[in-house]
Amino acid sequence: MATHETLIQLDRLERAFPDLKPLYGDGDAVAEANRCLYCHDAPCTAACPTGIDVPTFIRKIATGNARGAARVILSANLLGYSCARVCPVEVLCAGACVYNDWHRPPIQIGRLQRYAVEKAFDDGQAGTLFRRAPATGKKVACVGAGPASLSLAGYLALAGVDVTLFERRAIPGGLNTTGVAPYKMHVDGALREVDFVRSLGITIQEGVEVGSEVRAEDLARDFDAVFIGVGLGQDTSLGIPGEDGPGVYGATAWIERMKLEPGFAVLGVACGAVIGGGNTAIDAARELSRLSVPHVLMVYRRTAEEMPGFRHEMDAARREGVRLVEKAVPKEFIRQDGRLVGILLDDGRRIPADLAVVAIGQTRPRDLAAQFPGVEVDPGGRIVVDRATCRTGNPKIYAGGDAVRGGDLVVTAAQDGKRAARAICRALGVQIAVDAALNAGHQ
Amino acid sequence: MADLSISFAGIKSPNPFWLASAPPTNSGAQVMRAFELGWGGAVWKTLGNPIVDTSSRFGSLDVGGQRMVGFNNIELITDRPLEVNLREIAEVKRRFPDRAVVVSLMVESKEDWRDIIKATVDTGCDGLELNFGCPHGMCERGMGSAVGQEPEVLKVVAGWAVEYSPIPVLIKLTPNVGDILEPGVAAVAAGVHGLSLINTIKSLIGVDLDRMVPYPVVGGRSTNGGYCGPAVKPIALHMVAALARDPRITVPISGIGGIATWRDAAEFIALGATSVQVCTAVMHYGFRIVEDMIEGLSNFLDAKGMKSVSELRGKALPAFTEWGDLDLNYKVVAEVDPETCIGCDLCYVACRDSAVSCIHVGDEPLAEGHRAPTRERAIAAARRDGRTAHVVWVDESECIGCNLCSAVCPVPGCITMKDVTGAPFESWNDRIAKGTAKVPGGLEDWRAARSGKR
Repeated sequence: MATHETLIQLDRLERAFPDLKPLYGDGDAVAEANRCLYCHDAPCTAACPTGIDVPTFIRKIATGNARGAARVILSANLLGYSCARVCPVEVLCAGACVYNDWHRPPIQIGRLQRYAVEKAFDDGQAGTLFRRAPATGKKVACVGAGPASLSLAGYLALAGVDVTLFERRAIPGGLNTTGVAPYKMHVDGALREVDFVRSLGITIQEGVEVGSEVRAEDLARDFDAVFIGVGLGQDTSLGIPGEDGPGVYGATAWIERMKLEPGFAVLGVACGAVIGGGNTAIDAARELSRLSVPHVLMVYRRTAEEMPGFRHEMDAARREGVRLVEKAVPKEFIRQDGRLVGILLDDGRRIPADLAVVAIGQTRPRDLAAQFPGVEVDPGGRIVVDRATCRTGNPKIYAGGDAVRGGDLVVTAAQDGKRAARAICRALGVQIAVDAALNAGHQ
Repeated sequence: MADLSISFAGIKSPNPFWLASAPPTNSGAQVMRAFELGWGGAVWKTLGNPIVDTSSRFGSLDVGGQRMVGFNNIELITDRPLEVNLREIAEVKRRFPDRAVVVSLMVESKEDWRDIIKATVDTGCDGLELNFGCPHGMCERGMGSAVGQEPEVLKVVAGWAVEYSPIPVLIKLTPNVGDILEPGVAAVAAGVHGLSLINTIKSLIGVDLDRMVPYPVVGGRSTNGGYCGPAVKPIALHMVAALARDPRITVPISGIGGIATWRDAAEFIALGATSVQVCTAVMHYGFRIVEDMIEGLSNFLDAKGMKSVSELRGKALPAFTEWGDLDLNYKVVAEVDPETCIGCDLCYVACRDSAVSCIHVGDEPLAEGHRAPTRERAIAAARRDGRTAHVVWVDESECIGCNLCSAVCPVPGCITMKDVTGAPFESWNDRIAKGTAKVPGGLEDWRAARSGKR
């Protein structure tokens, strides 16, 4: 079994980024936990897409029961570790904290959650936090080994279901591994979480693409249920002159190289331009800024108020020196002797740039969906499911995460995995114990 | 600016803030540094025959991240030679003639008491404080609280001191007794000139769950210590007040127990103390805290229009009575300010689980005929910043006015207790006098109902 030490090299550019929110020590964690009011029917819990019982886990940190805190977190969200690090807590749990109404800084819920789960990972006993039900003989396959699939697989494994994940890459974890801004989490953090879920008893087959190495119809035939958690596809391109060639990258491809490719570097860039207004665009801009690129511009076709990216992330980007060019629609990438020198906008403005990152979206998994009879996609290419159960038009096939949502959060993918696991257990007649992790958190 | 000076049984002090006999008063260097920073007096760490101390000695009770809410020690009396202490006491008094220098003493035999009193008085100190309170170590040797817990023995030993001492004698009382009046009255009967209390409370501060040894750990063992710090203040306040209001206690009282701020001191003085003594807060933060104690008390007295600290003394005592004299018709109800309520619902869960479930959230229905004046405002205030906060309201018809909600509320001033008294004063003792004290539903009614069924 591959563990993360064997999968990644040390000379990855992402390692130049320190944690924006460093790991708490015991003293810091207990002090912050003691600030928590221990609200009744707490708004932070209501705001969490997975319904983690936040005041309960924080109180456990305060009493010195970090293992109990990890149990509370992971029962409602098996991906509580990556969520602690990548969730936009400002608009979720921490944004709902009653301290905001008191004009005081909200509880650092993400950092406390990271502290508790990382402590459980560190002591090597996280795999024994939950009791695993006896084997049921049921088999489920997951297409993709990203957050939605890992969440589903972990819960099903605990319920006694035999789960196999088919991952086309050599490395599991999906966007948690390849796409998280490195000042939030490095690749090894994502892989620690994969190792934890693996320790619950799942099988991951890396480097196996459904549709080529394995046929979709074989999965549908050989397994009792199939979950599609493939996320999104290639970066969308602008389709304008000059786009092909050195210096212009798709955003997720560029981020993936920065995080994983040994020796990848950003050198001698004077002006980096990121095209787009979503969270991936903001991430890329902050990354360039933190890599000491002197000028970083975000090129967005509408205005700041209309940006789909989080306001708090854009504010942070501005504080780090990123400038926003509004109402800017690229018409052509300008090259001199093949080298990128700027971007011409459709209103005639010219933006200097010797590196451009195109972050305007990713393709949707239409091709994969088409391989499963009965699985429909909407006009936007998202797989259509019943939201409560994550079931597609084919009663044996379920789907969740970005493949369904078209670019959402890790925490919503984790909740999709949990919902689908519940629905699959019901459909297959797998009993869920009253005190099982699968019953924790929101429905 | 109010006059903070006091005269305690003739002992003059520029302010009521004295250091208690404890580690901070173990040497001349410490006491002089304290006096330079403004302390009005100091009670020197107890002199006696030198002892041997253990390592470690202290233990802390921490609550919710707050250190030293309670504090525990197993340290004994001074570990320095008598000669050295006496020389330093004389030096301190010579350099700070306007400060109160009181010396704590603890020996065993009558002869020892005679000699140590003579030697101590010769330093020029202002008074003596007999340590009849220490509840650890020394009491095993027949001293400290072993004396303070036996009123007859206390009276005899105190009588010796009064006989031998030409300067005021204070007795430091132990709280480890059933009724503080017994040793207090015995001390006054022996002719002492003042009382100081409380000494520490016999305690085990906690257990090291890895080593399975109570704290403080001395090798593989521990022993009981003396407990002090902010957590003991309520016990001390009660004992000071119980003595201060008793007509048999005709001597001044020096209040001790958890005093860390001018506000704590003001409470002790309002309940009858003339001076106050401080130890744990100094051990936590240093001598520098006295600056705010002096300024804060002075500002408080000015704000209340009192010209001197003596005007404050005993001001709250008349209101301290027996339960039977309380007004049963006095009625308050909780009122939650919807605009400052942050929706934590701590009051809601406290009232539901430990009181009468009179606090309600949001648009929960109001029972027929009940009063809830802030309900509509709470429902309106719950909608804020595009989301819903769990703003609460009180059903006044159900509220018993217990104060629990206002105690748990984290927002100062959000929950107030509103006076809704509608009937004239009537105490339990009044009802007994009028013959209306029977409360239905007791055993008498139960027996009557049972005999009726037969």
